[in-house]
Amino acid sequence: MSEQPPLAAAAAAGARASRDGAGPSSYYGQAVLKRPVWTWEIPVYFFLGGLAGASAGLAYVAGLRRNRRLERSAWAAAALAAAASPALLVSDLGRPERFLNMLRLFKVTSPMSVGSWVVAAMVPSSAVASADAWLGALPRLARVARPGAALAGLPMSTYTAVLLANTAIPAWHEARGTLPFLFAGGAAASAGAVAAAATPAADAGPARRLAIGGAAAELAAAALMERRLGELARPYREGAAGRLGRAGKALTAGGAALLAARGRRSRAAAIAGGLLVAGGALCARWSVFRAGFASASDPSFTVGPQRARIERGEARGGSRKAARSQAG
Amino acid sequence: MGAKLLRTPTPSWPGSYGDEARPRKGFFTDTSVCIGCKACEVACKEWNRIPGSPRGFSGRSYDNTLALGPDSWRHVAFVEQRVPAGVADGASPAEAAARGEAIEAGAPLREDAGGVRWLMASDVCKHCSHAACLEVCPTGALFRTEYGTVVVQEDVCNGCGYCVPACPFGVIGRREGDGRAWKCTLCYDRLKDEREPACAQACPTSSIQFGDLDELRARAEKRLAELREAGESGAQLYLADEDDGVGGAGAFFLLLDEPEVYGLPPDPVDATRELGSAWAAAGAAALALAAGLVAAALGGRG
Repeated sequence: MSEQPPLAAAAAAGARASRDGAGPSSYYGQAVLKRPVWTWEIPVYFFLGGLAGASAGLAYVAGLRRNRRLERSAWAAAALAAAASPALLVSDLGRPERFLNMLRLFKVTSPMSVGSWVVAAMVPSSAVASADAWLGALPRLARVARPGAALAGLPMSTYTAVLLANTAIPAWHEARGTLPFLFAGGAAASAGAVAAAATPAADAGPARRLAIGGAAAELAAAALMERRLGELARPYREGAAGRLGRAGKALTAGGAALLAARGRRSRAAAIAGGLLVAGGALCARWSVFRAGFASASDPSFTVGPQRARIERGEARGGSRKAARSQAG
Repeated sequence: MGAKLLRTPTPSWPGSYGDEARPRKGFFTDTSVCIGCKACEVACKEWNRIPGSPRGFSGRSYDNTLALGPDSWRHVAFVEQRVPAGVADGASPAEAAARGEAIEAGAPLREDAGGVRWLMASDVCKHCSHAACLEVCPTGALFRTEYGTVVVQEDVCNGCGYCVPACPFGVIGRREGDGRAWKCTLCYDRLKDEREPACAQACPTSSIQFGDLDELRARAEKRLAELREAGESGAQLYLADEDDGVGGAGAFFLLLDEPEVYGLPPDPVDATRELGSAWAAAGAAALALAAGLVAAALGGRG
């Protein structure tokens, strides 16, 4: 050990750099935080959950306007997307056979607990509403299920953003003000897009407007989020998350433009545009998911802003150098 | 906002335990006397029957454990800082390390330590007063014990993984092949038998001290004063105060340099502190979505 260990030199240089304000120091460049253990099921669920939630809302308002064809396709989308959700969530558990433990309690400090109850309400209510819309089955139950599903659809489309924001991961936690709008926009865009693709053009006006409006909201929320995050937005711009984000924006913008220009006249354009917008919403969720991994892996995203807020006097930090006077 | 109302000093302890509540227990890890023997790591693994975690030779000083995780509940960090000669002349080792440029310029190194200052620190779950892992756990598997510590009930955990990114210290993890989350229990089983945790018992230098938290904090205060008196200007207590981002911790530390040098976050925060504003944003977004749905339906059908 008498030779200078290069890593120790690097660590010392890092410590020095932090004092000089050149960059935060770290322990051998290792991450402070753990990366999430979640796999592909989770971003797919974020997409399908949003699709289910906003589709239920769309189906409900279409029903109020007596637009039966749009109502039917939107209820089908809601029921199918909702039905796939628990399967994805259970398969991501480390102990899938214990999935019912999710409903042991209701806990507002755990968005996952809140979400489990929302999903538990969403699946049967959208299934009943869909059964009534398509088969005329369970009409009395459907009268309760329809508004129930539409109402549950609102938190269903947004709670997943709170779930991510309620972690220590900087790219998620610091985006807590805008992430729900990004997810709500994506939910509206995908629900409108799928319904616009599945419904004859003559009845699909509300779906197209929802898709276009949702796409605009999603793009605006993403831009706002990245601007507000400043340096912490880097994980959204680089690597896999950056590629997914750019692909998502291109798909969303292109699909929305296609729906706006030709969706009313051409069914083929409505289907193509709808698929593009839905694909864009999926990519956007996946980009957010991946950005969290990148953000957790780099200690500078954790240490840098924390050290900065201590130096600005906004936080006292975890350490105290001065001994308390009446100690002992 | 709802979360704020629930924000008591240590939620559910001692209140919900009534007569069964015990004085809050914790660890005071005084890193200034840690010799890096890793007896704590070994004792912890043996007592708690933690699976092996072979990683091979890391090349990062004597640290081959590298981080806390589901299979490492104690982790000894080894930091090597190059120190120029003559540090005794007024400057503390920390200040001297900061002035490492002198070494690059060819200044002689302190001979007795080979020019290296060693920082060793045994890290562990902090058993935060405001523990994000516990708050986000949807099953209630993570709970606060009668000793004020934070423990996972292995028969309840369903491996959802939410606690993993919630922990601001990167402590808790999901075990490969097992699927559940694991971390330090502060030897809950030994506490029930009025024995100290395995790591504290094994520590040969009393770097790891176990006891009632109040008493440990008083002891740490004295030790900090001593070290500062002796000119150790980098000495600092980490997580010893209730007004930090996690409400203070059951396991707190005396460090000789900034926390990030040891791989610890300088300003850890319980993420659920801001949960009220996150739920508020989600509520606003949900209302905007509802408004968008209504607006879309109000136009023409085609």
